[in-house]
Amino acid sequence: MNKKIETSKTVEKGEAQMLSVVNRRLFLRSAGVATAMGAFILGACKDDDPVMQGDATVDLGSGDTGVLNYAYALEQLEAAFYTQLIASPYSGMSDIEKTILTDIRDHEIIHREFFKTALGNAAIQDLEVNFSSIDFSNRASVLGAAKLFEDTGVQAYNGAGKLIKNADYLLLAGKIVSVEARHAAVIRDLLNPKTTDFAGDDIIDANGFDKAVAPGDILAAVKGYVKTTIMGSNVGK
Amino acid sequence: MDIFKLIDDFQKVDGDAVGRLEYATRRQFMNRLGGKIATVAAPMAFASIVNKAFAQSAAAVDVLNYALTLEYLEDEFYKAGLGSSGLIPASDRAIFTQIGKHESAHVAFLTTALGSAAIAKPNFDFQYKGAFADVFTNYNTFATVSSALEDTGVRAYKGQAGTLIADPQILEYALQVHSVEARHAAVTRRLVASLTGNTAMKGWITNNEGAVPAIYAGEDNKMQGGVDLTGLSGKSNAAITEAFDEPLTKEAVLAIAGPFLA
Repeated sequence: MNKKIETSKTVEKGEAQMLSVVNRRLFLRSAGVATAMGAFILGACKDDDPVMQGDATVDLGSGDTGVLNYAYALEQLEAAFYTQLIASPYSGMSDIEKTILTDIRDHEIIHREFFKTALGNAAIQDLEVNFSSIDFSNRASVLGAAKLFEDTGVQAYNGAGKLIKNADYLLLAGKIVSVEARHAAVIRDLLNPKTTDFAGDDIIDANGFDKAVAPGDILAAVKGYVKTTIMGSNVGK
Repeated sequence: MDIFKLIDDFQKVDGDAVGRLEYATRRQFMNRLGGKIATVAAPMAFASIVNKAFAQSAAAVDVLNYALTLEYLEDEFYKAGLGSSGLIPASDRAIFTQIGKHESAHVAFLTTALGSAAIAKPNFDFQYKGAFADVFTNYNTFATVSSALEDTGVRAYKGQAGTLIADPQILEYALQVHSVEARHAAVTRRLVASLTGNTAMKGWITNNEGAVPAIYAGEDNKMQGGVDLTGLSGKSNAAITEAFDEPLTKEAVLAIAGPFLA
């Protein structure tokens, strides 16, 4: 894949924004806090530093690179969710559930690392997630969030397909979206076993079609789960 | 199924097909999430494209009717299963009723698009020339064939995606059906795992494991986008193969589906 596209622009924009925030804080806050912020600036200036993204903005970029970064962003979100879920299991998690959720965690990490590797220098920075609305000790809360993430993932890939110009990338998206759909069905079956919910009328229309949702709508839907501001207005363009 | 190839063929006989389709349907498709207008309008818009192709190419009709044949296959399979007294336990009927409903909807979509040119329903041999002789009397066999059909459907759709890259709205249709097939596949695979006590069988496909080798050939691929994923993030090869579903060529799908035709 092309490792040059958009990278430098994205990084520069992110750093400029961060520095602007930091400078504002330096003026507003005490000397003691400013010292801590000094360390922040040094950290943020390293291109490969994925940690300090407090209220940073990332631009997914344009064209196919934008679509791939869009997928990478969603996979980052999913991988972080399942990693936390397995690290702090909800009370009463059965062995079967643990096996399933660990599998899904691994798939999402593999997806994330695949995109990171494939995008190379064009990859967006690591996103900072915000799962404060999810009660990780509560099964219904966790599986409800899992269902949302998986259904959203399916709809996102379905909606992004027609934006992809390179047939190899399109096939890659196709290879992943059906796995996300398998996840969605299994999570839904855990929530409501042996019902129609795995492919319920709430998401499948009268033609027997899953939904396809545009990047802008998907990013708005997941906004509450990401501290980093994600700009995706040029994805696929 | 081969709806992708079809559209490509239509393009050859009707070079303006995609342009007119986009013109006719852009707004309805964009509003798909909004309501039923899109549901009603889509097959009609599609039909106008298909009908023009009919006038020029018998080959295009053959291909489209072949796609309909495959949709009939799935639809009839579930109708026969649901109609076989004592086959599907009450506890599992909701699952197969829902899957059958979706397959019927796919058939309806295509028959509406084809109009009077739609072929009559073929006769099927669900016993697969004897290989699945007890498919409608043995629930394990029925569920296994169901999961195999769904996994095949996922691979068949995926294998044609690239062909549709110049036909964005039809591509989107295809993707929307593709992920429904994958949902079906996951839930039926878990049913089979439970019925047969095969704990290694999951909602996702591990390596190239499966009851019918041809259906799972190549699913053990670990090279994606030119990247060898072996050892990625310390994850197992099994997990890596589960994380990506692989396509099947039309020829491979035809070879698998052929024995179902009576």
